[in-house]
Amino acid sequence: MLSKVIIANRGEIALRILRACRELGIRTVAVHSSADRDLKHVRLADESVCIGPAPANQSYLNIPAIISAAEVTDAVAIHPGYGFLSENADFAEQVERSGFIFIGPRPETIRLMGDKVSAISAMRAAGVPCVPGSNGSLGEDDVENARIAREIGYPVIIKAAGGGGGRGMRVVHSEAALHNAILLTRSEAGAAFGNDQVYMEKYLENPRHIEFQVLADTQGNAIHLGERDCSMQRRHQKVIEEAPAPNLSKTLRNKIGERCAQACREIGYRGAGTFEFLYENGEFYFIEMNTRVQVEHPVTELVTGIDIVREQLLIAAGEPLGYEQKDVRFHGHALECRINAEDPKNFMPSPGLISLYHAPGGPGVRVDTHIYSGYRVPPYYDSMIGKLITHGETRESAMARMRTALDEMIIDGIKTNIPLHQSLLEDTNFQTGGTNIHYLEKKLGL
Amino acid sequence: MDIRKIKKLIEMISASDIAEIEIREGEDAVRISRYSSNSLPVLSAPQVVQQLAPPVNNITSLAKAPEDTPPQYQGHVVTSPMVGTLYRAASPTSKPFVEEGQRVSEGETLCIIEAMKILNQITADCSGVISKVLVENGVPVEYDQPLFVIS
Repeated sequence: MLSKVIIANRGEIALRILRACRELGIRTVAVHSSADRDLKHVRLADESVCIGPAPANQSYLNIPAIISAAEVTDAVAIHPGYGFLSENADFAEQVERSGFIFIGPRPETIRLMGDKVSAISAMRAAGVPCVPGSNGSLGEDDVENARIAREIGYPVIIKAAGGGGGRGMRVVHSEAALHNAILLTRSEAGAAFGNDQVYMEKYLENPRHIEFQVLADTQGNAIHLGERDCSMQRRHQKVIEEAPAPNLSKTLRNKIGERCAQACREIGYRGAGTFEFLYENGEFYFIEMNTRVQVEHPVTELVTGIDIVREQLLIAAGEPLGYEQKDVRFHGHALECRINAEDPKNFMPSPGLISLYHAPGGPGVRVDTHIYSGYRVPPYYDSMIGKLITHGETRESAMARMRTALDEMIIDGIKTNIPLHQSLLEDTNFQTGGTNIHYLEKKLGL
Repeated sequence: MDIRKIKKLIEMISASDIAEIEIREGEDAVRISRYSSNSLPVLSAPQVVQQLAPPVNNITSLAKAPEDTPPQYQGHVVTSPMVGTLYRAASPTSKPFVEEGQRVSEGETLCIIEAMKILNQITADCSGVISKVLVENGVPVEYDQPLFVIS
């Protein structure tokens, strides 16, 4: 087992990683910025190292500082969490070259999946269904691009190969707008990602976002842990996630899940990962793969009983998976509400001092947060301050427990999006289930 | 020096008003202090001084919950700009770059911090006299950690 791990992240996920380490008897080192000295996990960790000032690019994105902290503390492995450097192939490579274990996939895999064009090619080759598209980067030839678009059928979407997560995309409804859309997306991509390669896909008008969780070890074993429905989004940011996806047949779940597990075996995937799909009219279409643990992993943990972060640590330590596919059972329904420090109406960030924090509780209620009474939410990082997760035998039970938990939760001193979640839990369409990725923005009139 | 003797010393001192005491026995020496303060005389003789500050600090500072209330230094504090291992000299056999009491000018090298096999020179950002050296040779340092006080 790993003797000591650097937790190269902050906030709730850093605390989550610390808890998994403690369970396995792994010593923890919290690396943090000077603005994060009072983070809960920093106070709880066995050791802590301040790696830079508040700005992320000088601290949580500072590769030499993090590796140096691993050197001076004699750590053996680094867990990157999500965001920050978790999907940075150069970081993974430098970690390994410096003699440490990167808790995640191999650098080549991160690189393969980070380029959306190569990721789609690899998935096609592995038999994972993809969105009809250009099957490669677009060239400069307008006539050829127009032909591709006609073949796919409008509307189409132009996407940056180096993008992902909703960034670097433009929808095109007719041929007249195609040339400019490609040019603009290219130049934005060049500026934002240092890579101006773009590709084209059919634009699905009313899809749901359904993703599959996988685990793969270093011995060729890979399993899927079922799916999550993350359709409730605003500006490509997930707001509510749930497992399982409402109204999805067991047959389809097992079929797509097994394709994902098989793809893992073929590409030699290592660790935890998520295959993201758009689901429309009973068909799944692969869009991208996330080669890290995700924010919404708790809903999968609650319906399967499997601790995903613990599995990441075991896999990194070279252990074979402790489960075969037949051991994975799905029980009940889970919901997660992302709690953000923001105005519930205009979404402006609301950092500041939390004068009183009171956590909800009871059966089937889980709170993943680092906040406490007297904690000051800094303005330098993203606004998510915690996750409220509920589980029940049925979707109705999980929703009822969520309503109660949202009413019990107190976060005084800053604004939060709890009122938004309360209104979503009262929304009749959400209660019916199966709303698509445009639903929330339409409801909010955006 | 016997650890039981040292423990007895700590008990005696915490029960008294003494701020700091140093006891030498042959080649051994023990210095016990409650809290670092600028009014204490600077020790210049090179000897093995075992700092037993932590246990006494616990006794006197029970009321303060976070143990990182930063001590106040008089003068300009040079802090570490990076994470790494600090070396006081250019090589294991060289003299330290600076010692307490030494005059330094802006830009002069104070120490080296090593990270990922690269040695980085840390220089003085102002001129003055080194009134305090806060770190020992070969210790790991973090970002913003106080290293030297220049007055």
